[in-house]
Amino acid sequence: MKRENMMLINSLDREVPSTVNNMNVIPFKGVNKHRPEGFKHAPKVATCIDFPEDGNKLIQGLKEALIKSGLRDGMTVSTHHHFRNGDLIANRIFEIASELNVKNLIWFPSASFECHSKLIKYLDNGTIHHIEGSLNGALGEYVSHGKMKGVGVLRSHGGRYQAIQDGEVQIDISVIAAPTADSFGNANGVDGPSACGLLGFALADSQYANKVIVVTDNLVPFPCLPWQIQGNNVDYVVKVDKIGLPERILSGTTAITKSPDRLFLAKLTARFCEQAGIIKNGFSFQAGAGGTSLAVSFYFAEILKRKGIKARFARGGSNKFLVNMLRDNLLDFILDGQTFDLDGVNSMRLNPNHADTSPFTSYNFHGKGNFAQLVDVVVLGATEVDVNFNGNVATHSDGLLLHGLGGWQNCLFSKCTILPIPLFRDRIPVIKDRVTTVCGPGELIDVIITERGIAINPLRKDLIEKTKGSGLPIKSIYELKDEAERICGVPSKPIFGEEVVAVIKWVDGTVIDSVRRVINPGR
Amino acid sequence: MEEINRFSAGNRGEKVRSDCFMTFELKTEGGIKLTLSSKVESIYGEHIRLLCLKILDYFEVKHAVLDIEDSGALDFVIAARLESVIKQSKASDKEFLQELITENTLITNKKRNRITRLYLPGNTPSLMINSGIHQPDGVILDLEDSVAYLKKHEARFLVRNALRSLNFLGAERMVRINQFPEGLKDLPYLIPHNVNVILIPKCENEVQIKTIVGHIEMIQKKSKTINPVWLMPIIESAKGVLNIVEIAKSSNTIVAIAIGLEDLTADLGVSRTHLGIESLFARSQIITTCKAFGIQPIDSVFSDVEDLEGLKENVLASKSLGFEGMGCIHPRQIEIIRRYFAPSDDEIEEAKSIIVAYNLAIEKGLGVISLGTKMIDVPVVEKAKHIIKHAIELGRLDENWTCK
Repeated sequence: MKRENMMLINSLDREVPSTVNNMNVIPFKGVNKHRPEGFKHAPKVATCIDFPEDGNKLIQGLKEALIKSGLRDGMTVSTHHHFRNGDLIANRIFEIASELNVKNLIWFPSASFECHSKLIKYLDNGTIHHIEGSLNGALGEYVSHGKMKGVGVLRSHGGRYQAIQDGEVQIDISVIAAPTADSFGNANGVDGPSACGLLGFALADSQYANKVIVVTDNLVPFPCLPWQIQGNNVDYVVKVDKIGLPERILSGTTAITKSPDRLFLAKLTARFCEQAGIIKNGFSFQAGAGGTSLAVSFYFAEILKRKGIKARFARGGSNKFLVNMLRDNLLDFILDGQTFDLDGVNSMRLNPNHADTSPFTSYNFHGKGNFAQLVDVVVLGATEVDVNFNGNVATHSDGLLLHGLGGWQNCLFSKCTILPIPLFRDRIPVIKDRVTTVCGPGELIDVIITERGIAINPLRKDLIEKTKGSGLPIKSIYELKDEAERICGVPSKPIFGEEVVAVIKWVDGTVIDSVRRVINPGR
Repeated sequence: MEEINRFSAGNRGEKVRSDCFMTFELKTEGGIKLTLSSKVESIYGEHIRLLCLKILDYFEVKHAVLDIEDSGALDFVIAARLESVIKQSKASDKEFLQELITENTLITNKKRNRITRLYLPGNTPSLMINSGIHQPDGVILDLEDSVAYLKKHEARFLVRNALRSLNFLGAERMVRINQFPEGLKDLPYLIPHNVNVILIPKCENEVQIKTIVGHIEMIQKKSKTINPVWLMPIIESAKGVLNIVEIAKSSNTIVAIAIGLEDLTADLGVSRTHLGIESLFARSQIITTCKAFGIQPIDSVFSDVEDLEGLKENVLASKSLGFEGMGCIHPRQIEIIRRYFAPSDDEIEEAKSIIVAYNLAIEKGLGVISLGTKMIDVPVVEKAKHIIKHAIELGRLDENWTCK
């Protein structure tokens, strides 16, 4: 199928297939150009008469729950990634499916991690047909080499909610690993030995999947409060010994980077924001937990302290650092999408100003408004940017899939999107004529900050004006590209196979780019 | 006995970046067999192969087996590694030199600031590449302590190529050579490539300086280069401290003298302490001598990169003694060293009022200048002028300053 697809050209001049895994898809039309039609998808109407009167939905084990849920060939099974690299449940599901000789499943996680590379054997033996979710590490490599039967589909966090809500992806069985739950199926992420903060990534799954299984290692008597997942959506509850490895769930990214080059970038980013007048009383920001982003929050905090002002809210990825800003009154609210450390978990449990959010509230593009547009500044990463400011986060310059989209695409809608990135990484230039894979259109990317200069998108005349005479090293994106090539040499174009191995969806469900098979990965 | 003919250069391993590891064996037949494994294969593989073939051809290598494990090395690194393995296999007077980039043709001024100088291990390209962005006054490519004995030879090619090809974004390009007399062998790799300053470790007497100056002149004559090469002896022994005057006088190319406290305290048989009472004599001796001869006295490095508060105290103490700069062993030290060697707010304010009072006195034709109840004489005004100039240079004061 994937070899005989018709290719179309989308509005960013990218070739995309007309169908993906036998489903018609719409090529990207431009930012804010696509209008959905019709009604939201809905699961079957349930009735409480079919459920135990005492509310006890506990059953023996995950295997029984999957069998009772009707697991069979070709179904779509979803999981969430709040346990990050410490997840034990996704692998277990497909181990069971393989034992039951079920074939051609579609795995629909909110993200995959290195711990999921064990699933390669179930891709090999036909248990899993394809994955719709982030593809990184060994899984990414596997898919890049064209070994997966179906085509991978990458979506942003918001795009995943949109796809479920719009019925593009219909989940047959959702397995929600929950750090704490009661036997009715109410569940949360703030308590228990595997606490991960919240369960926002599983919200859509609980609302729209045909069957919902909650798996926990910390069963409490009714009611489990807060009920981030509501038992009224849940079919079965399973108690297991261990759902995750806590030391890998909270990944400990709270230390500010020590890399002098990254600190340099972070500082320059904060300086830019100050000069451009972005940092003012009541502003809002999102900075991730990655090395450079965390350092940016650190420098934001310094500026707030110095000026005696505070931010209205920060979007997170929360961690100790944001929690301290909340405590030190530099920040009114944390709107948290995933929690990176124990300080974040505890703060969410105890502080009403530290709220849990979901991709529905934060990012869903097909809703009545979009929080992401309210944020004053977001600081994100990218593997590549091109002279049209298009950004790539999914593939490496040699074409290998290396990580998921996360909330990256959704965040681009903020009032100012800044990418602090090195001009080159181990000889690989980051600014190119054309990115290997477009994940975000250039018109939404405002500022590129490198160690050798800052490029402002020519569309942002306001930012150009505000930073005039500021002493900041403002250059054109072409100057930066030339500088990278002067140092690294002009890169030649990698050669790809014909087959599309994955597609990148935009936040509105259209296809923004496709990923081709890698022929010569060079590593 | 095959092993004897196989030579290697460079670094490999999980943490190695922007470098490459090469093994090379000269053969008598079979042509060139080149294997490359590289993380940048798909975008630079062909480019790297062509570069290597060009260099092999340049050194007239017709038959050889060359294996390259590349972790994103830039051309100047690849060329250095390859020249090193070739020259381990066969003697050659030729050098494979890349273009000296325009930025690196700059010559430097004897009196320029040398407050922050960042040490960079001479055989670690990843630390060199972005060093300039942190804007130290100088970068020191180190061939001495930070390079393992067996790596000394290959490091010379790397440092030579970096001096030609790498843009240090305005930092003065310095090299610390090996201790005398071994360090003499380093000079031919540096002098023709517009190195700005040579650091001479464990300098003990004027004979060493004069020998080095002689070598430099000889190399310059041979390579037809005339750019000034400044010297910065490092005093690291009791003998060096005692001979400081003859060292300071030995050449007018000496722009600074540094003190190396790790070795000096070892030589004195004492422990190095935070307060540094044990080296007070040596430090004062060096500072006083430097001031007498118009040379910049430079303090020893502060070795705890985590302790930025300790570094700040150290800098303030160092400045109060009269030092004019300090070596940096990590980029994060640069800002603090620059900030606290620079005139303080109080110093700037005082200097400003002295100059305003002075200008007023000149305007009114007064013979005696006074500030409040204090009389000000000419050396005080000169010192104030110097502070203002320094503060402007270091970005602590606007050029068009006015009094509060």
